[in-house]
Amino acid sequence: MSEPKNPKDLKEKSAINSADELFVSSFDLHANNRRRFLQGMSALSILAMPGLSFSADKLPTDKVNTTKLAVTDTEVIVGQLHSSTGTMAISETGSIQAEQLAIDQINAMGGILGRKIKVIKEDGASDWPTFAEKAKKLLINDHCAAVFGCWTSASRKAVLPVFEKENGLLYYPTFYEGLEQSKNVFYTGQEATQQIIYSLDWAKKEKKAKTFFLIGSDYIWPRTSMKIARKHVENFQKGTIVGEEYYPLGSTNFGSLMNKIKLQKPDCIYAAVVGGSNVAFYKALKAAGITGAKQLLVTLAVTEDEMTGVGGDNFAGFYSSMKYFQSLTNDNNKKFVAAFKAKYGKNSVIGDVTQAGYLGPWLWKAACEKANSFDVDKVVAASPGIELKMAPEGYVKLDENHHLWSKSRIAMGMPDGTFKIVSESPSLIKPDPFPKGYQ
Amino acid sequence: MNFSELLNIGLMQGFAGLSLFAVLLLMGLGLAIIFGQMGVINMAHGEFMTIGAYTIYLSSHLTELYAPGLKQIYFPFAVVLAFFFAFLLGWLVEWVLIRHLYKRALDTLLATWGISLAMQQCFRTFIGPKEVSPNLPDWLLDAWAPVPGLDIPRNGLFVLALTLFVTGAVLLALSKSRWGLRVRATVSNRMMANAIGIDTSKTDRLTFAIGCGIAGMAGAAFTTIGSTGPTSGQLYIVDSFLVVTFGGAASLLGTVVSAFGIAQTQSLAEFFLHGSMAKVLTLSLIVVILMMRPQGLFASKVRR
Repeated sequence: MSEPKNPKDLKEKSAINSADELFVSSFDLHANNRRRFLQGMSALSILAMPGLSFSADKLPTDKVNTTKLAVTDTEVIVGQLHSSTGTMAISETGSIQAEQLAIDQINAMGGILGRKIKVIKEDGASDWPTFAEKAKKLLINDHCAAVFGCWTSASRKAVLPVFEKENGLLYYPTFYEGLEQSKNVFYTGQEATQQIIYSLDWAKKEKKAKTFFLIGSDYIWPRTSMKIARKHVENFQKGTIVGEEYYPLGSTNFGSLMNKIKLQKPDCIYAAVVGGSNVAFYKALKAAGITGAKQLLVTLAVTEDEMTGVGGDNFAGFYSSMKYFQSLTNDNNKKFVAAFKAKYGKNSVIGDVTQAGYLGPWLWKAACEKANSFDVDKVVAASPGIELKMAPEGYVKLDENHHLWSKSRIAMGMPDGTFKIVSESPSLIKPDPFPKGYQ
Repeated sequence: MNFSELLNIGLMQGFAGLSLFAVLLLMGLGLAIIFGQMGVINMAHGEFMTIGAYTIYLSSHLTELYAPGLKQIYFPFAVVLAFFFAFLLGWLVEWVLIRHLYKRALDTLLATWGISLAMQQCFRTFIGPKEVSPNLPDWLLDAWAPVPGLDIPRNGLFVLALTLFVTGAVLLALSKSRWGLRVRATVSNRMMANAIGIDTSKTDRLTFAIGCGIAGMAGAAFTTIGSTGPTSGQLYIVDSFLVVTFGGAASLLGTVVSAFGIAQTQSLAEFFLHGSMAKVLTLSLIVVILMMRPQGLFASKVRR
């Protein structure tokens, strides 16, 4: 929707253009008539705010904001809703930092539609009702034009009704189980099929894996992911699932599981164990003598962030399936990693979700500029088809279903805790949040 | 799959049960001392364990920085250090807070819960929200394989040995030492113990500090199994209470038996059923048994 469709929009646009022309030449006053002079002065008064970088296509506020969002002539307010306290703080800190970095960079370039972004940070405190409460605050009291936030599916499900009722805009960074699509949410991480199907096919083709042992933490994301994995292995690959196990979130006792794995001798262990259990799981594998040298293991839940806890020694030789790894060598990523480390210290690491968090503000910027508006409906309408050429993971584009087309990658854990990319999908994989044949 | 392989898996499974027993017992021991001997419900038990775990992490970090040659031997010393840190903090907490609340059992619950929240936030603020793992010496990693195909986890062996040592020491101290005598006297009849010249408030303080110290040691030992984060203590607290309550609050022997029973049920159920279902089964069994024996497996023989 880059071209305005109705006559009113067209009229607005032409009026704006003439004002712009005027501003450019407004120092040459004697060449203009009185009426145009006054127009020029009004344009000047909007633009001559202190600290503002002048852009030629700056639109007046009542044009870019018809729905009472918190947009002024100089700034636009957005919300950031993550857990900076509680159990999830471990994971969400990276997203908070990446979103802030993107916003700072956008502001340094002059902001969006000539307006600097101001962030209101709210803490969901790892508690889902608190997330819903804070979402209400950001949308109803603060009139945020967009919100970047949430990490777990539980928190997203908690805020979803709020965003739909108040017609807000949420950019959600985590890879997740799919089976959701909302007008008011953009999903910048991978949905389940992008992550799972590519890695299973890789295990079959490259590693000749025929038997799989599925292990997950016991909640919605691992269970849904493993359901898709089972369907894919059994129905499409004609392989066998020799075991499917779920352990309570936070469980650190995997002794019996190790023996079951030894009993079944699967070609591939396919894991989605998360949080505190993650570390215990890999330590238990190591202690049971199941190492990368002897056993193929592919996981959906170890990024650079988890690696600091798991320890490179325990994960060496195992594989992780993600769309982004810090060790990607393209120029976008080199710039991104350098900027991130400059801001947050040289020891900071960047995981998949952190990178996806970084994409949120940029996608929103592109959509606002395409729509020439901050209005949620117009931004949503302008979003499908938006392309980001500067994404650290490489070129991505936004699908009509509000998910990103992205590449999938497999990387091997190294003893020093970094990842070595061993496989990359040749083209972008279409997001498919409601996969047919997998329900 | 031939017979010797099955035998190996059977042996390893037996060891998995034993090592879970060691973990549960070590978790519950500090709590059992405080709860059983003093009647204080220490909700901050998990956080004292976390202190121990962070001590190990700190030691590992410092060793790496200043004395990389000591990597193989720092661990036992760090465990002792973990005991002392937790002991000192326990001493302080008793002196500042708990001693004022002995007559209000439910208030100690609230107070220690508050301490646990405060400590979690301190960990998060001063150490960082990310989970950390120490660099363990090589003799704690990998598996010990006496014959090919039989892999006994070394960290499991270590935790088992430590648990046996600590439990033995505590039992011995309670039955033979001067401190044990005072503790038993105070538990039996606080007023009378006071009257015959036992400084019960000092005994309480020492008991609380020793309980916390053992929690610290437990936390230190668990760094070989899992990671350490600000909220790690929360993972352990429920299991700890389960072990202590099931065993019968005032009996250390009960704690040992209950840890063994829970561990074996859990690990066998995990092997033959599924991970989450094993938990359901174990907890249901505990509930049923506690309904029949509300005082736990080993009832206190003390007249109240």
